[in-house]
Amino acid sequence: MARTTEHAHGDAASPSAVLSAADVTRVVDRMAHQLIEKCAGDDGRADVVLVGIPTRGAPLARRLAARVEAFSGFPVDVGTVDITLYRDDLRMRGVRALEETVLPEGGIDGRLVVLVDDVLYSGRSVRAALDALRDLGRPRAVQLAVLVDRGHRELPIRADYVGKNLPTSRSQSVRVRLAEVDGEDAVLVTGGEQ
Amino acid sequence: MSTLITGARPYGEDAADILVEDGRIAAIGASLSVPGADVVDAAGLVALPGLVDLHTHLREPGREDAETVETGSRAAALGGYTAVHAMANTDPVADTAGVVEQVWRLGQEAGLVDVVPVGAVTVGLRGERLAELGAMADSAARVRVFSDDGHCVADPALMRRALEYVKALDGVVAQHAEEPRLTVGAQMHEGDRSARLGLTGWPAAAEEAIIARDVLLADHVGARLHVCHVSTAGSVEILRWAKSRGVQVTAEVTPHHLLLTDECAEGYDPVFKVNPPLRTDADVEALRAGLAEGVIDAVATDHAPHAVEDKETEWAHARPGMLGLEQALSVVVATMLETGRLDWRGVADRMSTRPAAIGRLDGRGLEAHGRPLAPGEPANLLLLDPGARAVVDPAALASRSRNSPYAGRELPGRVVATFLRGVPTVLDGKAQK
Amino acid sequence: MKRHLLEAADLDRADATLVLDTAAQIDAALAGREVKKLPTLRGRTVVNLFYEDSTRTRISFELAAKRLSADVINFSAKGSSVSKGESLKDTALTLEAMGSDAIVVRHSASGAPHRLANWVRGSVVNAGDGTHEHPTQALLDAYTIRHRLGRLEGVRVAVVGDVLHSRVARSNVRLLHTLGAEVTLVAPPTLLPVGVGSWPAEVSYDLDAVLPKADVVMMLRVQAERMNASYFPSAREYSRRYGLDAHRMGALGDDAIVMHPGPMNRGMEIAAEVADSVRSTIVEQVGNGVSVRMAVLYLLLGGRAGE
Ligand SMILES: [Zn+2]
Repeated sequence: MARTTEHAHGDAASPSAVLSAADVTRVVDRMAHQLIEKCAGDDGRADVVLVGIPTRGAPLARRLAARVEAFSGFPVDVGTVDITLYRDDLRMRGVRALEETVLPEGGIDGRLVVLVDDVLYSGRSVRAALDALRDLGRPRAVQLAVLVDRGHRELPIRADYVGKNLPTSRSQSVRVRLAEVDGEDAVLVTGGEQ
Repeated sequence: MSTLITGARPYGEDAADILVEDGRIAAIGASLSVPGADVVDAAGLVALPGLVDLHTHLREPGREDAETVETGSRAAALGGYTAVHAMANTDPVADTAGVVEQVWRLGQEAGLVDVVPVGAVTVGLRGERLAELGAMADSAARVRVFSDDGHCVADPALMRRALEYVKALDGVVAQHAEEPRLTVGAQMHEGDRSARLGLTGWPAAAEEAIIARDVLLADHVGARLHVCHVSTAGSVEILRWAKSRGVQVTAEVTPHHLLLTDECAEGYDPVFKVNPPLRTDADVEALRAGLAEGVIDAVATDHAPHAVEDKETEWAHARPGMLGLEQALSVVVATMLETGRLDWRGVADRMSTRPAAIGRLDGRGLEAHGRPLAPGEPANLLLLDPGARAVVDPAALASRSRNSPYAGRELPGRVVATFLRGVPTVLDGKAQK
Repeated sequence: MKRHLLEAADLDRADATLVLDTAAQIDAALAGREVKKLPTLRGRTVVNLFYEDSTRTRISFELAAKRLSADVINFSAKGSSVSKGESLKDTALTLEAMGSDAIVVRHSASGAPHRLANWVRGSVVNAGDGTHEHPTQALLDAYTIRHRLGRLEGVRVAVVGDVLHSRVARSNVRLLHTLGAEVTLVAPPTLLPVGVGSWPAEVSYDLDAVLPKADVVMMLRVQAERMNASYFPSAREYSRRYGLDAHRMGALGDDAIVMHPGPMNRGMEIAAEVADSVRSTIVEQVGNGVSVRMAVLYLLLGGRAGE
């Protein structure tokens, strides 16, 4: 059993940045505004639980929560849900260390849950996250926020909040880098033709 | 009928032609020429006296699925042997004149080597009372070596009587030295590896204690004792001490104990399970030194064929023993000759001359074995290509069984031809029957 | 990690830590849940091949596999072709033909899982072989120690009892050493293997000298029948010299814990009041066994990159 990292696809071509650090900040801010617009009640409070999908969805959810609080004035609940044990492609991917699943005190029953991930691609991670959520409680509704949507869905899943739509070919690899994990913010595309 | 072997190197020395006539060596010399003789080109090959094994399990009667007298004889001939002692632990046990004569006759019918039956010391190998040793000695098989091999004659009083009794028969008791109370459930050499592998240990002391006891007994009653498959450094020391005191003791070592160690047990492949077990590097070193020095007299194969189902199983459930006849000489070349511990005469001494003397096969008649390569002697000899190296393939062995511990191992030396009383039993590396 | 888990030495420190961390995450993921089931190994087949009766270990593995949604086949020696003399190899080939992804094997012969691993393509997990090893027991013991004491590095573990015949001891010595703990074996010399000096452990014949310094005391099962082979003179003398009773427990440090792999001989190696005390982790060990075995099955069966 080899441990692989999700984003290492071994393409030697040099990556090109499609979002800079400043772009990432701007995009997250816009997503926060959209979220408030769509979810906030009359008092301006967005009564949601932002649940990040590790690895990079988790810090992204925390950032998004911080911006929502900054813009709306109300704190937002944050959590993470590890989907490793819910994946249906373990055979192909190789196993990885599990990450934490953490939910806010009151759980997610009856709440509006917004799943947060870095890249939306086949949709399988989101499907796994939905399965995991079902084992954790019964939300009122579930929405999806992603920093990048690169297309090529294999399941009937779409995002409610998209930071950037990024048309790609399957041969390309999209890498989101976040300061909390990678030491810097950027979105890179490697391989294929741009 | 005459055969002219040309260009062979007797004992690895200067090339000479060897003329064989009427089962005997007629002449050895340069450029012999005999009209009408069959010519065997032996240029570059080493000629040695036919090998004599003191310790072979041929499994017939009883386990013909593992080996027969015929298949074992073929394996022996291919290994350069012209005589093998067939151990008594068959089913029925070779503890009567009837059984030893049957084995002897089967050997004669196969006609590839002289099969010399070993008689059991005790009835049924049970270690309770003496078998009819005299009847076996007087039979057509003319048994001189008696052994309960596979079992130790553990009762000291019984061992004393056996040693004494065979003096009248010019016989020898070949002891499988294993104190049974110290080896209950034993699976491998007791040491660091057995501790880690969780296999019950077979302590060196269980062998050494019996050898020490038996050399004292042999000394006391003035009898001959032969020690089977010596496996430990301590045993070599005891034998050295006994010989220095003039005790009539001889000893053998197996090829596998000269080459392999208990490291082979890692992985739990029972092809490496054997009794006595493979020991340590230090033991291997002491055994090689003891053989070179002559404290150990002979190399004996303890060729022990086992059917697949007895080996392809859990270690503890597998039967002990490994094949040896076809690779014995190669192993001795690798461990003793190529290391400079023995020359070719030394190899011939430990694998032919001395074992034949221990078994009392070294008489004057045409049926004798272990005689030197010299005019007038029986033409029992082998031709070896010392430069050939080959990887052992169990599927290619003549034995009916496949439990070779040397599988996949490259070993030096290839037996090209074997002659039994002038008749080729092996030519071009192929058995002639 | 390697394809099989045959002995503790198959795990380096990173692998062993990964197993423990994974077990901890699985524990956390399932804590408080009504339905303790994950879809992870859906469509995979795990065979429990038990040549020795061990209901506890078999149930633990069965539960672990079922909680990961694997299909479980119990193939026990009784009432199957195994008892009719079918060889281990034939059984292995049969299971292989049935498409098993993992075989969990318990066997009375040391090394049987090693043999099995030569004959099948799936993973082999050793659930105890003869007097050799029982690696998942060592993993759950390490997990329990880490859970109770918060660490393994530098933890002083006394393993007490029949080391000679104990597969639990062999696996624990190796694994705890790998994880940085310091092991002392305590037993009468007759119950220590010749060659124990080559193990990464200290050896003592004196339990009372070891107890005050121990963070963990792991008591091994001692079969009273051993006295018939003179490993010790009597059960009474054994328990007086090497048994853990309330008085001896008093010599332990405040945070020290008492472990036992079970099944216990109360009154022989361990007194009832010790087994039932707050220091005892014996019940906890059983629960942790399931999580650790889930982690092992997940890590072995989860897949290999590029396969
Ligand atoms: Zn023997």
